[in-house]
Amino acid sequence: MLDTDFFRRWMAATAAAVDREADRLTELDAAIGDADHGSNMRRGFAAVNDVLGKEAPRTPGTVLTLAGRHLISTVGGASGPLYGTLLRRTGKALGDATEVTPDQLADALGAGVAAVTQLGGAQAGDKTMLDALLPAVEVLGTSFEAARDAALAGALGTVPLRARKGRASYLGERSIGHQDPGAASSALLVGALAEAAGPTEGGGE
Amino acid sequence: MSEDKKVGIVLVSHSGPVAEAVVELARGLAAGGATAPMAAAGGTSAGGLGTSAELVSEAAARVDMGAGVALLVDLGSAVLTVKSMLAEGDELPDGARLVDAPFVEGAISALVTASAGGDLDAVEAAATDAYGYRKT
Repeated sequence: MLDTDFFRRWMAATAAAVDREADRLTELDAAIGDADHGSNMRRGFAAVNDVLGKEAPRTPGTVLTLAGRHLISTVGGASGPLYGTLLRRTGKALGDATEVTPDQLADALGAGVAAVTQLGGAQAGDKTMLDALLPAVEVLGTSFEAARDAALAGALGTVPLRARKGRASYLGERSIGHQDPGAASSALLVGALAEAAGPTEGGGE
Repeated sequence: MSEDKKVGIVLVSHSGPVAEAVVELARGLAAGGATAPMAAAGGTSAGGLGTSAELVSEAAARVDMGAGVALLVDLGSAVLTVKSMLAEGDELPDGARLVDAPFVEGAISALVTASAGGDLDAVEAAATDAYGYRKT
């Protein structure tokens, strides 16, 4: 079972990963966007860390809804409402439970990803965060490691794609050959699940 | 809808100065009587380029007279932020609506219509109509 502490560790591990990789995310964004993805995400998840420390939410659902709300308020760029919606909808789908199973998390994250799809109007293959999230959600029921690997592969798989959404889509053919920064940060978010489960959850059943 | 209640308008731009300047332009062109309430929500809370959900939410509360609020937006994160706030249901006043319109021209049409007492549907129609104004 995954308890509230697991979800705090997930957010903390994401914040640490985003902080560590912020320069790389910004470099990816410099190639096809406006070169602020790393700093925006770092600012957003630093705010998430702050608020989770102060408000001490007591259920997995409230950890994620609180995190989502603060991402929308603090990020400033399009990744704010996209990641904010992802976490908030995932949190809402988890309801009031104090512990959830990995399968319930997989279903809830699926609902979050569906909300992102609706908000941004993107589909698989459009060179967006969905290219990491969709394959990850598909195998999340198997293991967090499988989800992490699927998200990473999905993010790398955006390199040859042509962007059809967001600012990168203005570049047309020139967006080909670069990894999508949103898919890269989504891979960090999914990878942090395995990290959160690692030391104290005994690495699964 | 009581006639003293006018539709409020919020302009959400990536840039604070752009949002402020378009409010000023619209007020200048719509003048001739009392104009409907209009507020700018441009840039981030720290004054940078981007969108702040807080600024949007404050601006919407400020112009809300109970007759609805029309939100006009420019690009990317402005569109997504307002959409995600509407989807949550509790972050914008009742009757808040994202209006699909050209930012500058739509703002002027919306303000003229709202100032004349048009309801939210009329304001939306006028703002959207601005897409049909051809320049060549």
